[in-house]
Amino acid sequence: MSLDRAEVEHLASLVRIGLTNDEIETLRDQLSDILEQFQVLRELDTRGVIPTGHAGNLATVMRDDLPGDCLTVAKVISNAPRTEGGLIRVKAVLEE
Amino acid sequence: MAELWQLTIQEAHQRLLRREISSVDLTRACLDRIGQVEDRVKAFVTITEMGGLQQARAADRRIAAGDATPLTGIPVQIKDLICTRGIRTTCASRMLENYIPVYDATAVSKLLDAGAVLLGKGNMDEFGMGSSCENSAFFPSSNPWDLARVPGGSSGGAAAAVASGEVTYALGSDTGGSVRQPSSLCGVVGLKPTYGLVSRYGLVAYASSLDQIGPIAQDVTDCALVLNAITGQDPKDSTSLPKPPGDYIQALTGNIRGLRLGVPEEYYVEGMQTGVRAAVAKAIGVLESLGAMVVPVSLPTTRYALACYYIIAPSECSANLARYDGVKYGYSYQDTDNLLEAMEQTRQHGFGMEVKRRIMLGTYALSSGYYDAYYLKAQQVRTLIREDFARVFQEVDALVTPTSPVVAFPQGEKIGDPVQMYLIDVCTLPVNIAGLPAISVPCGFAQGLPVGLQLIGPPLAEATLLRIGHAYEQATEWHKARPEL
Repeated sequence: MSLDRAEVEHLASLVRIGLTNDEIETLRDQLSDILEQFQVLRELDTRGVIPTGHAGNLATVMRDDLPGDCLTVAKVISNAPRTEGGLIRVKAVLEE
Repeated sequence: MAELWQLTIQEAHQRLLRREISSVDLTRACLDRIGQVEDRVKAFVTITEMGGLQQARAADRRIAAGDATPLTGIPVQIKDLICTRGIRTTCASRMLENYIPVYDATAVSKLLDAGAVLLGKGNMDEFGMGSSCENSAFFPSSNPWDLARVPGGSSGGAAAAVASGEVTYALGSDTGGSVRQPSSLCGVVGLKPTYGLVSRYGLVAYASSLDQIGPIAQDVTDCALVLNAITGQDPKDSTSLPKPPGDYIQALTGNIRGLRLGVPEEYYVEGMQTGVRAAVAKAIGVLESLGAMVVPVSLPTTRYALACYYIIAPSECSANLARYDGVKYGYSYQDTDNLLEAMEQTRQHGFGMEVKRRIMLGTYALSSGYYDAYYLKAQQVRTLIREDFARVFQEVDALVTPTSPVVAFPQGEKIGDPVQMYLIDVCTLPVNIAGLPAISVPCGFAQGLPVGLQLIGPPLAEATLLRIGHAYEQATEWHKARPEL
């Protein structure tokens, strides 16, 4: 199992992580090595096995919808890099 | 006479109740100890001296009023992945270097309600991803037994702080071994509870189906005391479980006669150090001499756990860490007007290499065309691993294994090779995959470095694991060994 450079670049664009040339090369080698380790799973016959998504055995948990205290707007946005008038300021999503 | 910073929780509690010492004395002793050793151990990202002393004074008033809990006035370090209101919570990442939570994690609220003295935030591998504490974006922590070696990870700062006496105990988190493995490498006790026993509210998410908060302490009794305080169902975490009846201290009877302990041959992996093997074999002999019945068992799916984990955990991580976009909080690249470029630059500079590696790996495993071969396959293997454990737990009360196949390794030795680093967690990962409880207790030394014995139980068997660990401590002295610093 080995990845080529274009696949690494495609993955990086999907996860919105900028990478330098060196990082792309390093990740190509390392991810290929790691994927190679995963091939061991092919030994196991899993036809018909129900997948486990979670460690617990919980069904959907419900609670009453009761009003309670909540954080102030100032607190909620207190860690935002850019704010304006109690709002988070973002870069333009739609370009002209 | 032991120094104050050397006291266990229960020793300190007794002396506080008898008014032989005050919480301020104890807290200052730990702060002085931090002053002496922290420049070498580097276990803290943030030290909260003023807040800690304030809490100590409040604790002294509470003790005077006759309202003390076993944790009142006792200093604790909290892993920097667990939110603390008003105290920087970085996850050892540039991404959250200046992040100040506006709420406490439920486990932290419970400790503060019990009167804990919070002395600071523990260094770790970035976002919990690593086994050596070398993936901290700020600095690596050192193993107090040999400063040139790693303390383990990801809760390496927590284990190093407890082993070196900087705090009486700590809270860590364990996604694939991150409480147990550093506890093993630093010669302290670490407990990973059953999935859901401790609320994850305020625990910064890495892999949500695997993450669990757990205590790191100097002995089993202290772990039981901390566990008593932090368990309980939380409306803020829908996966949390009701508090089991009873008190974990009551489980520490010293009697393990007739308990059935399974030794799974598959955990004695290739590459396990002979010193580790020998120490664990001797510990199993001690448990046998205490009246436990030791039987060989087989968990044939063990050899698939590593691959299963390194598909599931990165997949969940790739979704959980999508939130770091430089918009709502955290590091934000501002030097462009382009939204996409800002996100890419934010994540390029905000995340370290291991985090990037896992996000990309997870995204690959989840992407269409590969989903069935990787993510779905891993989830099916997860079912088989769980069934394997369920089967052996019909025959035995607990499993006994090494915690880590190796003792603390030199800094720099494995950091360049992710596959070698991942192999370190081979004995701890299966436990998270199945959502089980497990504890690591010191069981000797190899090459002068601590070895940990891992006890694994069926879901909610914490009381049994604590009972076995405590009985073992009564028969041995390993948990009392402390490094010279």
